[in-house]
Amino acid sequence: MTLTPKALMILAALTLAACQNPDRYGAGGDGGAGGAGGTPYVDTTGLGDPSDPRSIAYFNQTVGDMVHFAVDQSTLSDQARSILTAQASWLNQNPGYAIIIEGHADEQGTREYNLALGARRAASVQQFLITQGVSSARMKTISYGKERPLQVCSDEGCYAQNRRAVTVLSVGAGV
Amino acid sequence: MKLIPRLQSSALAALMALGLAGLSPEYAAAQDGSPPRIVIGPGVIEPMPIAAPVFVDEGGAGELARDLSRVVASDLVGTGFFREIPENAFISRITAFDGGIAFEDWKAINAQVLITGAVQASGDRITVKFRAYDVFNGQPIEGAALQFAGTRAGWRRMAHKVADVVYAKITGEGGYFDSRVVFVSESGPKNARLKRLAVMDYDGANVQFLTDSAAIVLAPRFSPSGDRILYTSYETGFPRITLMDVGSLKRRTLEEQAGTMTFAPRFSPDGGSVVFSLERGGNTDIYLMNLASGSVGQLTNAPSIETAPSFSPDGSQIVFESDRSGAPQIYIMPTGGGEARRVSGGEGRYGTPVWSPRGDLIAFTKQNAGRFHIGVMRSDGSEERLLTASFLDEGPTWAPNGRVIMFTRETAGAGGQASLWSVDITGRNLKQIPTEGPASDPAWSPLLP
Repeated sequence: MTLTPKALMILAALTLAACQNPDRYGAGGDGGAGGAGGTPYVDTTGLGDPSDPRSIAYFNQTVGDMVHFAVDQSTLSDQARSILTAQASWLNQNPGYAIIIEGHADEQGTREYNLALGARRAASVQQFLITQGVSSARMKTISYGKERPLQVCSDEGCYAQNRRAVTVLSVGAGV
Repeated sequence: MKLIPRLQSSALAALMALGLAGLSPEYAAAQDGSPPRIVIGPGVIEPMPIAAPVFVDEGGAGELARDLSRVVASDLVGTGFFREIPENAFISRITAFDGGIAFEDWKAINAQVLITGAVQASGDRITVKFRAYDVFNGQPIEGAALQFAGTRAGWRRMAHKVADVVYAKITGEGGYFDSRVVFVSESGPKNARLKRLAVMDYDGANVQFLTDSAAIVLAPRFSPSGDRILYTSYETGFPRITLMDVGSLKRRTLEEQAGTMTFAPRFSPDGGSVVFSLERGGNTDIYLMNLASGSVGQLTNAPSIETAPSFSPDGSQIVFESDRSGAPQIYIMPTGGGEARRVSGGEGRYGTPVWSPRGDLIAFTKQNAGRFHIGVMRSDGSEERLLTASFLDEGPTWAPNGRVIMFTRETAGAGGQASLWSVDITGRNLKQIPTEGPASDPAWSPLLP
């Protein structure tokens, strides 16, 4: 299936709850365009064809929608900077998308501290994207703390994947 | 009716002597003519034997007579300071509330305290009275008698009030059974947890849901009078502090500044202000909002994370968590803001400090060497004691009398689930609070009026 950008926009508007409520983890799990985590509660029907370089699916899978962090840290690794540089380049070429940057923490640490830490991580990504020319008006940040792990095991292999910031796209700039 | 027992001088002395090291309850048999007393202090733990026969049905009570006596006994035994003598050991029965007591029969089964009660029901109204006896001296325990009326639906509260009076008379401590706990009821898998606010009696009974699970809700807190709840909700799409009226369930979002996140709220002791964390541009600091005027003042201003603030009971200081030293530690600052002093000093990471209602201790979450602990320390950071250890224990809340702490315990792995636990500040009597499903983030109410 190949969708034109216009058809994609209509489909997205029909199937997604647009940007009124950026919490894509709300009940029903249909609030946004989803990350690459493959979590079953994210509606993936509106993400477009991953072979279409202008699709959200392409952004998520090929550019990479996610960067990871060391324990308690919000500094960007070289690998994270490389992914974010590619994200910025894509976002600058596709100005029609609004951006929510989600910050997440692993389950080590208290609920409150992890909320603050997730916010730090999201802000770190946002600041980097701004330096790469992405308009701050397109971006919002949100922290989920340790509330939405990507991996559910309780060892470092999972924790490392859960300490993340995810760049989530939705249609329509100027949220 | 008088619910607040007068502290006797010996009980006061015991309270003041309450050292933190090696606390344990002990009781002295009352053959010397003094009333039965559990003294908190170093010594052997030997729960005091009590008898709580079925309350006398003075008309229309039916099952209520037994139910009341069961809840009274359950409250007292649940403290770990009492043990109940089983009914089948009883030699004599209590058939009339004002009838004579065959003390020899209760002495023979080694009951130290006998709790008698009566209930009369008429339509929706019930009247409950009780009297506790010092068996060895063959006397009613001074002040341990009460009569009150209420609705049938409120019968458990009446039982809790009876138990609170007995507990207070015998330990010299305030009661805590007639109280509620607001918490987060959880369901669903670990990566898509559904959360809703609920409130229950302190023992897990009478659960009532306050929200649905459409949005993530976190860390509710009762107001000092128990009529309002603060919590963090994702209802607007972003984490925001929400204020709910418990009676009407009406709620409103506090402090909705675009581009910020607000969380970790707690009331001031007078209930008029809220101390909380506000995050802007990735940096989290502590703020104070006056609820009547809406005015907001910033209390900390640092590039580090400042969160989890909690007032001292006199309202003069705020204890909070900060990672300004590199790892989360506990600090205390004046309520107006200003210089903070670090009070946690041990190895590991410290968070979620909560000041005891008695003002003497601060409870906290500690993370060290891959384990989580609930602990207490004096407000100057001395005499730290860890009360629990597990894969994940966090978020302590104090019983109204400052003797018991409830917290969240979560198990590891893909099937990990949260549950509510309580522990005495001696570290004894660790137990799970029964809830229908997984539960987290408990917050204790004050003693109900």
